[in-house]
Parts: sequence; C-alpha cells; structure tokens
Amino acid sequence: MKIVVCVSLVPDTTTKIKISGTNKTIDETGVSFVINPYDEYAVEEAVRLKEKNGGDVTAISFGNDKYKEAIKKAFQMGADAGVLIKADGEFDSYTVAKNLSDAIKEIKPDIVLFGKQSIDFDGSQIPAMVGELLNMPAVNIVTKLDINGTAAVIEREVEGGKEIIEANLPLIIGTQKGINNPRYPNLKAIMASKSKPITEKAPSYTGNKLEVTEMKLPAAKSKGKILDGGAASVPELVKLLREEAKVV
Amino acid sequence: MEISKNKNPDYYLLNELFTDEEKAIRDTVREFVNHEVIPIIEKYNQEMKFPFQIIPKMGELGIFGPTLPPEYGGMGINNVAYGLIMQELERGDSGVRSFASVQSGLVMYPIYTFGSEEQKKFWLPKLASAEKIGCFGLTEPDFGSNPGGMITKAEKVDGGYLLNGAKMWITNGTIADVAVVWAKLEGKVRGFLVEKGTKGFSAPETKGKLSLRASVTSELVFEDCLIPEENILPNSGGLKSPLMCLTQARYGIAWGVVGLAMECYNTALDYSLSRIQFGKPIASFQITQEKLAYMLTEITKAQLLCFHLAKLKDGGTMRPQHVSMAKRNNCEIAKTIASMSREMLGANGILDEYPVMRHLNNIESVKTYEGTHEMHTLILGEDITGIAAFE
Repeated sequence: MKIVVCVSLVPDTTTKIKISGTNKTIDETGVSFVINPYDEYAVEEAVRLKEKNGGDVTAISFGNDKYKEAIKKAFQMGADAGVLIKADGEFDSYTVAKNLSDAIKEIKPDIVLFGKQSIDFDGSQIPAMVGELLNMPAVNIVTKLDINGTAAVIEREVEGGKEIIEANLPLIIGTQKGINNPRYPNLKAIMASKSKPITEKAPSYTGNKLEVTEMKLPAAKSKGKILDGGAASVPELVKLLREEAKVV
Repeated sequence: MEISKNKNPDYYLLNELFTDEEKAIRDTVREFVNHEVIPIIEKYNQEMKFPFQIIPKMGELGIFGPTLPPEYGGMGINNVAYGLIMQELERGDSGVRSFASVQSGLVMYPIYTFGSEEQKKFWLPKLASAEKIGCFGLTEPDFGSNPGGMITKAEKVDGGYLLNGAKMWITNGTIADVAVVWAKLEGKVRGFLVEKGTKGFSAPETKGKLSLRASVTSELVFEDCLIPEENILPNSGGLKSPLMCLTQARYGIAWGVVGLAMECYNTALDYSLSRIQFGKPIASFQITQEKLAYMLTEITKAQLLCFHLAKLKDGGTMRPQHVSMAKRNNCEIAKTIASMSREMLGANGILDEYPVMRHLNNIESVKTYEGTHEMHTLILGEDITGIAAFE
C-alpha cells in the first residue's frame, strides 16, 4: 500500500501569539513550533495502515526549512520517506493544496491522510481542495477508518451523531481526535529516523488567490460592571443587559 | 494527544546545544511521563505501590540500558540523551527514575561490564525490553557508606558458590528476576547473579517508608544459597567493581533531580502568579521573587553541571569525583527548591493536588542514597587535599 501523509508545523499551543510589525503575519520571535497535533493522528493512522497492509509511508510538507521538523516527527513515528516542497513566505490554502497535489500526483498513493485542520489558521480546507485537484474522494473529520482491499468504510463526526460513508481507494482522509492514540516514538525509531531521506522540491505554484490584509488580536476584555444595590439594582441590570450588552 | 507544556526552565538556552536526536528522545520521554506517570503517580505514592503497568511501556520506549550497543538490546545513545531521560522520569517521580536507574546503571551496566558473553547475551536483551527486572545488592544493614566492610560472603563449593548474608535498601528487590549481588569470595569483593527462586534466597519488602513510596524497596537475605558456577560475574574484582556501577547510577541521579527541581519550580511559579493575597499575586512580592530567582539560578547551574558532565563522560575524561560533585550539588539544590516550593504554596503545598510534597519527601531519600551528601563531600575533600577523611 502506498500511503502519503501530509504534515504541517504550527506554533506550540502554549505560545502567546503576537502580531508582527507588518500587521499581516505573526511575530515568530521566541515561538517554538511543533507538528500540527491533528497531523499526529494522520501519521499514526498511516503507520498502522502500513503495519497492517505492508507498503510505505511518505510524509509531505510545504513550507520553509523549519517544516522538516514535522517530517522528522513523522519519521520518528514510523514514516519511511519525506518530501519538503520548499517555499518561504505566506501562502493561502489553495497554494498549499496545489503544491501538495502536484507532489502527491507523482507518488500515485492509494491513500492520502491529513489532520482535519492545522491549528494555526484553522482553515480545514486542504483535504477537500486536494481531493478536488486530484479528483479523489475526500472525507474529513474522520474518527474511524476500515479498509478492506480497495473498499473503505469511514466513520465521521456530524452534529449530534456520526455518519458512515463508503468509498473506494484512492482516497483522501482528514483525521479527527479519537481515531487512534498516536504512539510515543520509541528510541529505536528515533535512532532509525536519522537515516531516512527528505527530498526537497521547488514549489510548482506560489500564486496565492487570497491575500491577508490585516491581522488583529482579539480586543482586550473590557472591565466588568458591578451593580451593588442588591435587589434594588435588578431593574437597572435588566436595562443594561438589554440596551448595553444587548444579550436579552 | 495534546502538546506538552514546553515551559520547563531553560534560562541559558541549553536546548540549542542539544542535537535533534537528544531533543527527540527527551520529548518522547516527556510525553510519556506527562501521560502515563504524572496523572496516576500521587495515587500509587499514597497507596505505597509501584505502577507496574508502566514497566512494559518503558521497555517498549527503549529506555533501559539505552547507552549499550544494539547487539545487547541497547540503543547506543550518548550520555546527554541518557541524562535527559533521567531528568524527565524524575520530573514525574523519583521512584520511577529509580526503577530505570537500577535496571540500566546497576544491573545492565555490571552485566555488560563484568559479565561473560553468555551472561550478556542471555540477560541484557531481556532486561532492555523489561521482560526481566533486576536489582543490585551492595549495601548491608551495618555497612552503608562503608561498603568495603561487607559481611556477605561467598564460599567456593562443589557446583558453585554458597552465599550467606543480607543486603538492605534494595530498590526492586522483591520484584526482581535477577539480583546482582556483591559478596566477599576469599576476602575479595565479587559480583554474582542470583536468580529469583534460588533456594535460600528471599527478598522481603521494606515497610513503613515515608519517602519513595511509589518504589519497591527490599531486603535481600541469603541463607546457604547455592549459586551455580556460571553465575559469578567473571570480570568483577574488588570493591572497585560495584563502585563503578555506583558512578553510573549517581550520574543518572545528578540529571534526575534536576527534573524534580524543575517540576517544583514550575509549580511554585504557576501558583505564585495565580495566588492572590493583599489584592495582588504573591509573585509581586519581593520575598517570592527572591525565591524564584534563587530556584531558577540553581536549576540553571545544575543543568550546566549535568551537560558538561555528559560531555566528559562521552569524551572518556569523566572521573567518579566529577560525578560526586554533580550528585552532591544537584541533590542539595533540589531539596532546597522542593522545600521552598512547598513554602510558597502555603498550606496548599501539603496537598496531593500538587506534586511538591511528594517530591520533597522523595528527595530526602535521593540525597541519601547512592552516596550520602556527606560521603560525596568527603570524596571531593579527598580529591582536593589528597587526604581521605573517611579512612
């Protein structure tokens, strides 16, 4: 089975985000980056598929040199080869999806796995876009995946329940928390990961269809108002909730 | 899966000096400890039990005997990576770190260093995978700091050696499949592998501990215990052999207690930023800030000692006295930091909701075992002056 897993790099979740001087990007000074947490489910699922069906796992990432960290984490968890589509700058979802699609096309995989979204921009767009660009079925927010031959039975989360979908390989899957418990890379895998190759490629497209014009942090929470007249303050409270807070 | 809270103090940016491999090994053990040790350890500590379920998982991680070569089940990692494993384990609990220290430094190391090829091939892979557990018997009820005075003796008899005596304060003793036991054979200290179930060998558990409660501590008793000929460690000879093992274990402690100190510092820092008294966080008060500054400075110094000690060890220029300095210093500051952290948390500091009281109780043992603070002082004293104060 030829398996591809796409991985991204995001600021550690404990990072305090600051906006850079241009107001269009975040300030990366002192920020530590980690593999996108949802991508760990995708890597784990990819490695389990390999362990069950044989084959190999290629981890692909799109970004600058730093993104090798995400590929290396995939190596430590059991991926066999890596591709970095090397590009510096800010790119929209389409550009990322287009580059990933072009790289995936060359590999001709049976299945492509993603995290359901990256936790930096939270776009949740890439799996569907890659599906469209490669003309492959794409299912996102997947919590269970069973593959038998070329037939897949997929469970995905929907509001208040779950949806069961059948599809044929080749297929694109976006993984959701709950699909598996990602392994702790053991020392053997960490040592073995050193000799796994990362192939670098030039981007096939850097055109961007969207432009970020401004980034803003959420407005600081304004100070609360306390009415301290006891029961006598209730009419005033109702008035404020209605006219000022506009919540009732 | 969550991202680990990567907030552990690294004031002098040592992280930049670690290789990718060292960082990856630290991070995977950190994740393991965050998910498998920290959430459950208070309960096990209170119930005075070791969390046995983590043993196969640690074996699978590959953290037993990881510096040994792969043909014996090791991973061939360097001593920075080994130290970072110990740091992360002890950030969870000293008992868990002790388990790993004993298995790696006190059981696998002597079998690797003093054992026959058959012994190495048989035991080391099984100990690495945690299929077998080991313990180390040197200390006796009446011979702690002065192990050379040991009473336990071996006699050459037909078919092997007859062992008589008792060992005390043995981590993992009751649960061990094999004990590396040191005894005098014709007046010379030799190492023997004593297997569980050998007639005349028992290992009752030590009760009533108020420290290292999530760790099995035992006595080893040998009454006309017949050890087969092939179970002597052929290349052991003299007190130097067990002392070489202690150097390994002390090296792990020097790193481990930095993890303990880091956890106590983190707890005190979080608490002092959120605890409001007199209308402001207690972190605003100069006395709190002085304590935090002390803690971070001492942790940073201890980290630097460990890092350079690792370089000396990897470079082959480390002497046992170098390890004494790091073990002595780092246990001392870890104990002070744990105690300060407890004070900064006020009454909350005694609750099991926070890890500090457990760490404070544990460090009392760790400061004492593997060479007391006082003995390491005298080892340094001897190294400086050329005069041994303990002979």
